Amino acid sequence: MPKELLKVKDLKQYFPIKGGLLGRTINHVKAVDGITFDVYEGETVSIVGESGCGKSTTGRAILRLDEPTAGEVEFDGEDLLALSKKDMRKKRKDLQVIFQDPYASINPRQTVRQILEEALEIQNVVPKNERAKKIADLMEVVGLGAHQADRFPHEFSGGQRQRIGIARALSVDPKLIIADEAVSALDVSIQAQVINLMKQLQRDFALTYLFISHDLGVVRHISDRVIVMYLGKIVEIGDKTSIFDNPHHPYTKALLSAIPVPDPDAQSERVLLEGDVPSPINPPQGCRFHTRCPFATERCRVEAPELRNIDGMKEGHMGACHFMEEIKNGTHQVE
Amino acid sequence: MVKATDILDQEPILEVKDLQTSFFTDKFEVKAVDGVNFAVPKGKTLGIVGESGSGKSITSLSILRLIQNPGKIIGGEILFKGENILKKSEAEMRKIRGNEISMIFQEPMTSLNPVYTVGQQISESFMIHQNMSKKEAMKRSAEMLELVGIPSPKQRVKQYPHELSGGMRQRVMIAIALACDPELLIADEPTTALDVTIQAQILELMKDLQDRLGMSIIMITHDLGVVAETCDYVAVMYMGKVVEYAKVRDVFKNPKHPYTVGLLNSLPRHDIDLGDVELQVIEGSVPSPDNLPKGCRFAPRCPFATELCHEKLPDLEQSDNGNQIRCWIYTDEWDGDQEVDVSAKRTT
Repeated sequence: MPKELLKVKDLKQYFPIKGGLLGRTINHVKAVDGITFDVYEGETVSIVGESGCGKSTTGRAILRLDEPTAGEVEFDGEDLLALSKKDMRKKRKDLQVIFQDPYASINPRQTVRQILEEALEIQNVVPKNERAKKIADLMEVVGLGAHQADRFPHEFSGGQRQRIGIARALSVDPKLIIADEAVSALDVSIQAQVINLMKQLQRDFALTYLFISHDLGVVRHISDRVIVMYLGKIVEIGDKTSIFDNPHHPYTKALLSAIPVPDPDAQSERVLLEGDVPSPINPPQGCRFHTRCPFATERCRVEAPELRNIDGMKEGHMGACHFMEEIKNGTHQVE
Repeated sequence: MVKATDILDQEPILEVKDLQTSFFTDKFEVKAVDGVNFAVPKGKTLGIVGESGSGKSITSLSILRLIQNPGKIIGGEILFKGENILKKSEAEMRKIRGNEISMIFQEPMTSLNPVYTVGQQISESFMIHQNMSKKEAMKRSAEMLELVGIPSPKQRVKQYPHELSGGMRQRVMIAIALACDPELLIADEPTTALDVTIQAQILELMKDLQDRLGMSIIMITHDLGVVAETCDYVAVMYMGKVVEYAKVRDVFKNPKHPYTVGLLNSLPRHDIDLGDVELQVIEGSVPSPDNLPKGCRFAPRCPFATELCHEKLPDLEQSDNGNQIRCWIYTDEWDGDQEVDVSAKRTT
C-alpha cells in the first residue's frame, strides 16, 4: 500500500469582499468550501472542473500562496498550516508548482541559467561548484539542451518556455509538483510533447503530481485518480476508469457528455445543462448543483449531499448526490 | 491545379482562390496567408482548423477586408455570390459587413462595447443596414435576444455587457451578427473562451439557428472535436497554406496528409483510454514565419520527408478518395517509399 504524501482535510478558502462606507467585509467568495482528499506517493491526481469551481484555489491553498481560511493540509506527515512563513519557504523545496502561462511566471530579464541558479541558490540543493553541472543536466532532462542555457525566455517558443518552467520546478528535487493548467496554453502537437515529458519525469524521479486542468482528454491520459469539483465542493472522486467510464454524479455525466469528440461517427447523446454556474458568493443551498441538475428534487434544494460509495462503484469511488441509486436504476422521480 | 468547388455537393456561396495576405516589416515580409483555396457551400459549415500561426484568423479577416497596416492582401480572389470582394469599394464593403457577411470573435468582452447597453449594440445594425427607427430597432433587438435563447429579453436589452456571464455575452454577439440575417457567418473560435457545458449550449444554438435561417458558416477553430461535431467540410491549415481540404468525415476517418494524421494522433481523448503509452507527437515546432522552409512547409517536422519535400513545394491535388491534399506522397513524383502508409500508427 503506497503511503499518503498529501492529506487535505476540510479545506476552506474564503476570500473577503470589502465594501460599504467603512470598507468592512460584507461577504465572502467561497472559492473552496470544505474539501477532503488524499494524494498517494507516486500517483497523479487530477482536479477537474469549470471556471470558478475552485480547482486552482485548491492548489494555491495547499502551497499557502493564499493562506487557507480553515482546514488541514498534511504533507509527508507534517502539518503545513502550522509552519512559520520561513519554514514554509524551506518546505516549498518539496512542493513545486508549474503555472499555465510560462511567460508570465518566469522573469523575462533573466537567462534560463539565472532562473535555475536562483532556484538552486534559494533552496541550497547542491553546493555552488556543482550548480553548473546540475543546470546542464536539467536542461538535457527537459529536452532543451545545455547549450541553450544562456538564452532569455523570449527566445524560446511556448512549448519550450513551459519546459523551462518544468526545469525550474525540478531543480530543487521536489516530491510533489502541482501543475496548474500546465499544458492548456499549448497547441496540440506541442502539448503532446510536454505531456510525454511530464510522464517520463514522473517515472525517472518518482514524482507525485497534482494536476489541475479543465481538459478532460489530457486528464484521462495523465491521471491515476480524478477529482471533479463544482462550486467549491468535490462532487465525485475516483480512479480514472471509474470517473470516465462509470460516472455516477449527474454533473460528471453532463460534463463528460458536453465535450466534443473528434470523431464524426461517435456523436453520443448529450446532457445539455441549462443556465450558468451560480455565483460562489451566495452558492445555492443544499446541493450546489441543484439549479442546473435535471434530477433535482426538494431534498436537493435543502440538504447538502455527502460523498459516498454505493453498490456498483469501485472502492475509493465516491459521489456526492442523494439519488445515485435511483438514477442508476431508472427509478428516480422528479417532482 | 484542382478547384476548391470540386469536392462540394452544394453550390458555393463563397470561394477563396489563391488568397495571399502578408505583413510587411522593415526587413522582411511575413506571408501569413500564402495561396489559400477553399469554398463554402450554401447552408453548410466549413471548418478551418490549424494551430497558432497557421493563418486561419488572418484568412477570415481577409474575407471581410479587415486587414490593417502593416498587413495587406496582395493577391487572389474572394468570390462572394460570384462577385470579387477584393474589387469592391470601401462603401460597398460597409454594406456587406454585418449585413451579408457577419463575424463573431473569441472574446465577447473585447468585441462588445462596455459603455453601451446590449440593446443599443444590436440596434445599431438594424438602424444602419435597414433604416429602422430607434424604437423599432430596440423591439427587434429584444426579439433577437429571444432567438438566441436569452431569458427575459425585454429586461436584458437594457443591461450592459459586464452584467452578463461569458456564455450570455457570446449569445449577444451571435444576436448582433445575425441581426441582419446574413448569408455567411464567420465564427472565429466562438467557444474557445467558454467552459465546456456552455460551449455545448452555444454550439447547439448555432446549429439550430443554421437549420432555421439557412446561413452558411465558416467555423475557425483549433479544436478538432468542435470540427467533427459542427462542420460539413474542413480545411486544415499549416503555415499559411491549406494542406488538406475535404468532407469532414473523410478527414477524420481517412486523413491523408502527415500533418492531419499527426494532429489527430497527438490529441489525448476523454472517451478512449490509451493505457500507459506515450502520446504520438509531431516532432519539433512551427518554424518562424520570417524563415519559411523552401519546400513543403511541413517537411522539417514530417516523419516521411524526402529530399523532394525539402526542395519543392507540392500543390493541392485531388487524391483518389476525393480529399484535396498538398503532399508529394500522393503524386507520381514521389521519390520515397512507394508503400508508405501515412495513417499507420507509428511509435516515436
